[in-house]
Amino acid sequence: MEKAIRKYWPIFVLPTLAAFCVGFIYPFVQGLYLSFCKFTTIKKATFNGLDNYVYALHDGEFWHSFWFTALFTVVSTVLINVIAFAIALALTNKIKGSNFFRTVFFMPNLIGGIVLGYIWQILLNCVLSLLEKPLLALNATYGFIGLTILMCWQQIGYMMIIYIAGLQSIPDDYIEAAKIDGATTGQILFRIKIPNVMPSITICTFLTITNGFKLFDQNLALTGGEPAHASEMLALNIYNTFYSRSGPQWKGYGQAKAVIFCIMVIIISMIQLKFTKSKEVQQ
Amino acid sequence: MKMKKVLALGLVAMMSAAAFAGCGSGSDGSTASEGGSNGTATADGSNGQVYYLNFKPEADEAWQEIAKQYTEETGVPVTVITAASGTYEETLSSEIIKDEAPTLFQVNGPVGLANWKDYCYDLKDTSLYNELTSDSYALYDGDAVAGIAYVIESYGLIVNTKLLEQAGYTVDDIASFDDLKKVAEDITARKDELGFAAFTSAGMDSSSDWRFKTHLANLPIYFEYQDKGIDSTDAIEGTYLDNYKAIWDLYINNATCAPADLAGKTGDDAENEFASGEAVFFQNGSWEYANLTDKGMTDDELAMIPIYIGAGDEAKQGLCTGTENYWCVNSEASEEDIQATIDFLTWMVTSEAGTNMLSEQIGVIPFKQAADTTNLFVLNDRAYTEAGKTPVSWNFTTMPSEEWKNGVGSALTAYAAGTGSWDDVVSAFVDGWATEYAAANN
Repeated sequence: MEKAIRKYWPIFVLPTLAAFCVGFIYPFVQGLYLSFCKFTTIKKATFNGLDNYVYALHDGEFWHSFWFTALFTVVSTVLINVIAFAIALALTNKIKGSNFFRTVFFMPNLIGGIVLGYIWQILLNCVLSLLEKPLLALNATYGFIGLTILMCWQQIGYMMIIYIAGLQSIPDDYIEAAKIDGATTGQILFRIKIPNVMPSITICTFLTITNGFKLFDQNLALTGGEPAHASEMLALNIYNTFYSRSGPQWKGYGQAKAVIFCIMVIIISMIQLKFTKSKEVQQ
Repeated sequence: MKMKKVLALGLVAMMSAAAFAGCGSGSDGSTASEGGSNGTATADGSNGQVYYLNFKPEADEAWQEIAKQYTEETGVPVTVITAASGTYEETLSSEIIKDEAPTLFQVNGPVGLANWKDYCYDLKDTSLYNELTSDSYALYDGDAVAGIAYVIESYGLIVNTKLLEQAGYTVDDIASFDDLKKVAEDITARKDELGFAAFTSAGMDSSSDWRFKTHLANLPIYFEYQDKGIDSTDAIEGTYLDNYKAIWDLYINNATCAPADLAGKTGDDAENEFASGEAVFFQNGSWEYANLTDKGMTDDELAMIPIYIGAGDEAKQGLCTGTENYWCVNSEASEEDIQATIDFLTWMVTSEAGTNMLSEQIGVIPFKQAADTTNLFVLNDRAYTEAGKTPVSWNFTTMPSEEWKNGVGSALTAYAAGTGSWDDVVSAFVDGWATEYAAANN
């Protein structure tokens, strides 16, 4: 077995590696090159030096959307993980119908972001209209709250499944022993359960942070960046730079923003991974 | 152990299958629908072929049919692919760099041309250009003819004449902004008694906001251009913005819903309100005719009147008539393909089948051998012109960018809801124009 793997591993790696190169490495490198160009189509690109980056870093709207996105990511990461963990705790207790509830909580994940965005837009606009408050497209604060509600609703189920798996993998002996030693429920939670599900926390925070940063569909459908770009997040800002301006220079600006965006997401998730990994314990 | 091996193999097979399936659907996903092409497409390449990237989803079926018919008659393969609504620029950007790029695409006017002029074949000495009824329907890039308009459309206020009569007026009573204001406000005052409102909801959802941030905004721009005798500008002054405010106020305060709710209203909302008799006036264009008749409205209850904003000589004002659809032939295509494309277009605008299809599905076409149309709103436009009224031209093709329109749209929405002031609209209109123009042309 071992020998066979050592001999044939290139064959096993090949399909995925080929797909990875064609679908990721090549477009990424080309995208990097284009971010230094002025272009309408990628075949007719003229080298432009650092102009695109200079523009992107001086664009007020880009920075506004960065801070809006950062705030959104912090709020949604905390809310989603806390609520998902709480639900996971509840559903790992032996209560009746816990499998049914797991399915129910997971369901919102199966609906696409655009569809969800439009459904929630109708829903929230009706509520706001009844309360005689300005609609989503008129007030960035409501837009922010709406996006947070939508993302929580969609992602809590997914994270819950990961937490449930983590909680179920804690050996019963630990908890039993702790109980015999007279540990309280709180102590069991903070001293045994949480340290043992750290790998799940790592993966869940990673997913929610990157999802928060990369959010596009829901943002486009729910608020469309209104009013006047105030609820526009990074991905939508890049999209708008690329497509809703005229003149060849805008594509380069959009491309430069996209590269900056990519680097930011990588740095932030690296820091997060390092931080949560250091808290993981060996079982 | 054995079980594990089988499982691992199965997984590898599945993942590689998924990876390839992913690639396959990815490349197909960008195109909405495909047809018309047949097996001879590559085999017959020596005689040229046509690939049209269509902009109008509502006409997709008609294009597929006419393409098939042309192929049957001439043997030249014609592929028509339609970009999904609102994604034309994206689709074109990705299609045009392919080996089998569109030989025929479209731009929406001078601003759209700025992006694509490197790809526009000069149509000056072609049979197609000679078929145009007037030079003004060509889109020029310097001296070169970069695009040819293929449809002329009109927009204005669509009136439900039956409801207007119930309110005690006829279309002839409305010949100026003051008349319109009087009628609209009278209907609003008697709204409960009459059971309908004056205007359909001026929805500012993205499916409907173009009616106001683009089409309605054309009027103040048109009158300013007229005064100055220009046809484009790098800085708009906004001389007629008070009129723009007056008509916008009229729309939002005499509508089927409260001004604050407009932010969420869609194009379908307005269309349904109009078709179900909830409002008398509906600002839209000749392309809306088929939708309204499909919903059961008949010619004797419909009419289109000019949008009066109280500027210029209102007695002489006609409908807003123009085009933002220009055919462009891809200059990067092979010579045979370019010739095949021009031949196809010439056939479209001269043959009976082609002109009939264009007149029925698209509207009025500016070509010498155009077939006649049954579109009531187009006939309205013709009647106005024959009565000596001057059509308002389409100047929104000179708006500096999509971003400018969005800025005006946001400000209009906020003003309607009371969360913004009219000054914001003025600033988005005037200052926004200058910044966007500079940004697009630096």
